[in-house]
Amino acid sequence: MTRHTDDNGEATDANGTSGGDDRAATDGGVESATGGTDAPELDPDAYDPVDVFPGGDLDLREGADSCYKCTSCDTSCPVAEVDEEFPGPKFQGPEQWRLKRKEDHDIDESITSCSNCMRCDDACPSSVPLSQMHNEARGQFVEEQMEKLSVEYVRNRILANYHTSAQLASVFPRTASFTMNFGPVRWVMEKTMGIPKERDFPEFATETFREWWKGRGGAQVENPDKRVAYFHGCYSNFNTPEVGKAMVRVYEHFGYEVMVPPQKCSGTPMFANGMLTDARRHAETNVESLVEAIGDGADVIASCTSCSLSLRQEYPELFDIHGIEDVSEHTYEALEYLRINEDLEGELAENELADEQSYAYHAPCHARNQGLSRQAVETFRDVDGVTMEDVGDSCSGISGTYGWKEEKYEKSMKIGAEMFEHMEDAEGDVGMTECPTCAMQMEHGTGYEIKHPLQLLEDAVVA
Amino acid sequence: MAIDSDVLVVGGGLAAITSAVAAAREGADVRLVSHKSSTLRQASGLVDALGYVPATEPAQPLREGPPTAGRELDRDDWPDPEGPLADPFEAIDRLPETHPYRVLGADALREGLALFDDLAGDAYRGGHTETNALLPTFGGSVKPTARYPAAAEAGIASDGRPALIVGFRSLTEYDARAFAGRLEAAGVPFDVAGAEVEFAEAFRADTKVTRLAKALDHDEEIDGVPAREALAKAVAPHLHDVVDEAGGVDRVGRVGFPAFLGDQEGDAVRAELSDRLGADVFEIPMGPPSLPGLRLEDRLYDALDAEGVRFETGFPVVGIEAETDGSIETVSVDRKGRETPYGADAFVLATGGLVGKGLDSDREGVREPAFGLHVEQPEDRYEWFVDDAFGDQPYARFGVRIGEDGRALDADGEAAYDNVFAAGGVVGGADVAREKSASGVSLATGIVAGRQAATEATQ
Repeated sequence: MTRHTDDNGEATDANGTSGGDDRAATDGGVESATGGTDAPELDPDAYDPVDVFPGGDLDLREGADSCYKCTSCDTSCPVAEVDEEFPGPKFQGPEQWRLKRKEDHDIDESITSCSNCMRCDDACPSSVPLSQMHNEARGQFVEEQMEKLSVEYVRNRILANYHTSAQLASVFPRTASFTMNFGPVRWVMEKTMGIPKERDFPEFATETFREWWKGRGGAQVENPDKRVAYFHGCYSNFNTPEVGKAMVRVYEHFGYEVMVPPQKCSGTPMFANGMLTDARRHAETNVESLVEAIGDGADVIASCTSCSLSLRQEYPELFDIHGIEDVSEHTYEALEYLRINEDLEGELAENELADEQSYAYHAPCHARNQGLSRQAVETFRDVDGVTMEDVGDSCSGISGTYGWKEEKYEKSMKIGAEMFEHMEDAEGDVGMTECPTCAMQMEHGTGYEIKHPLQLLEDAVVA
Repeated sequence: MAIDSDVLVVGGGLAAITSAVAAAREGADVRLVSHKSSTLRQASGLVDALGYVPATEPAQPLREGPPTAGRELDRDDWPDPEGPLADPFEAIDRLPETHPYRVLGADALREGLALFDDLAGDAYRGGHTETNALLPTFGGSVKPTARYPAAAEAGIASDGRPALIVGFRSLTEYDARAFAGRLEAAGVPFDVAGAEVEFAEAFRADTKVTRLAKALDHDEEIDGVPAREALAKAVAPHLHDVVDEAGGVDRVGRVGFPAFLGDQEGDAVRAELSDRLGADVFEIPMGPPSLPGLRLEDRLYDALDAEGVRFETGFPVVGIEAETDGSIETVSVDRKGRETPYGADAFVLATGGLVGKGLDSDREGVREPAFGLHVEQPEDRYEWFVDDAFGDQPYARFGVRIGEDGRALDADGEAAYDNVFAAGGVVGGADVAREKSASGVSLATGIVAGRQAATEATQ
């Protein structure tokens, strides 16, 4: 195994000072470790993790003042659309932020009904940092108001720390896959932990992506001019290593040297559950090893759109870790990077797929937020043998761990109903999406097999 | 390596979509990039062309000295605007010379509307005539408009049939009785009454209209009764609420609702309500959050897809990256913090006006932030406005000026670049709020900019 068993990221004091280093260490995340985007030199030893907001508060005043109450965010909210008890992003963001300026004002519990899909960010014409406000309020609610011994807290903590459970499960993957979906076990889980028995736990791969990577002897292409560091995330490692393998084969086909640095969870499920301390601990490890890779000339590539969004947006918004801005600026989604840097369409135009296949494509909310909602459709629609159909702009409803909570299950399926209908109406019976939990929901609602765009790209250009 | 296309359209609203489709239909490979979700979702869904010709000269010469910024000293006095206009086209000649309609000609507006009719299909009405229709709006006024959603059709103000306007206490921004009263005061040629009913009481007071629309889309059960049936039952007792001048009571021929009658399934929701009530059902366009705006946005983005236009939402264009010989080669696009060059043979700027943030301002001046184009404005800030809020406010006409081929002009009135065209709210010269011309200006400037950009790119 790699460093992430011995480096649990907790070695560094979260409130750490620079410990004798005479550099000003207060704004590590703002000041670039490379001295700017284009400077290649980088000293991974020259930064210290520094706590962002010593007082516990981000200054969100400017964001709150920018809101002119046009309600575009509320209109874009998939939860408010099915749940009239949810007061919507405008309340959760700027209004709640203003309310809590007053002392003795608790965070409204409804913040836990926000699924962190982050659609409101994209909808706001005034660039109010809505999801940042939601993340902060949720973190504060969980930290200060949530009963730490409650079933809900414990359940959420377990769901948020999927990385940890998946790591355990992958030691005995077959046993874990069986036990986790064994009827009586699921009944107990619903009763004691509030995990809905309707859902099927994902299968654990018998060989993780990292095991496969080690087994093949690491990178097969060396190229100091074209390097990428692959952030596979938990799901591609433990559950769908075929996505990770596709990434490696496609990138090597285009002449890239792929690096697979040590890494932990991107933090997405932790943000959504208000577990900011856990997320920060993982972020420290990730930033350290990714900064090192960037120093070696690599850009960071993620195949999960929530991982890439987290590294790009939530990291610099929520944490002040030296080098975190560099990680943000160097991170791309896998297909996005190839579309920018390679003549992907030219390459695809020369290929055709042996078997004709139609796909019902769903754009994950977190892809939407990176401007990527159309990339799969536009990349593949002219490829011979492929039919791509966009199933519309609705949310799948699962939002990571959200749909894994008994009390949210029904809501999650109600949000997803529109996507299921459009998938059924679509010509193809294979689904496609970049997000592993959207894929879970798509499969759960329709029974379709779900593929990642990288797998189709692998079929088209590598095979 | 730049992301290349023949034509790059910057913006995501009506003008941007119009120019993208127009360029694609000329055979160009088109990409559209917009900073945020389309502002169409804030639009009423009514598509106006020209409703009024407002006065550009005050009733008496303006007082000497700078305006007094609302301090009520010698308020200047402005004549009422001419209108509502029956025919938007014949009035174009009475607009200022620098108005986009005057610069581009009436046919640009005709062709823009024709393209809209084609894209909107059976979801819109009004394309059968060049005459304006009068539609009741959320504020209780009647608006002259060129095209309107099919969902609003039965509400047309020139229809003499008595109308019932339905409201809900829990929809706090909408008061049906006040609305009906204002319509009467506006002199509509039909009898009207407002009634508040109980349907939405099943939802809490600040329920989003998207929630109500979804409940009707899926015909969810409300206290055991399917939503559409529950709504019809709540309204039925009021069908005789309208009292005519003679004191007689007629059963109403049509019932108006705030615009939340379904999102995806709007036609089916209206049809079922109409069937159950035995009266035509119409929606009254509201301010944001606006379902008619959302539906129009969905329809137009589907059209972009069908025309083969590539589009990306979430990225602002932050500046020009490279130019040669008077042409822009690449612009810089901020992709989540990473500036990426986008290249094109021609560019259409359709980023919106002051509200859409296509224009930026502070005390020093008004600027066009994406391409840094010239924005005509008086140097002295006190000449940006006049005292009367409803007067001819100079700032309302600020924007990028265009030539008759849609090219953006510089301070000398020459093409700023060989390959940059402008459309929609960023274009100056019109006072769209007073004229009721915002959509028409977007359509007219959009079709010209799109076609000319395609010509420039493919020649």
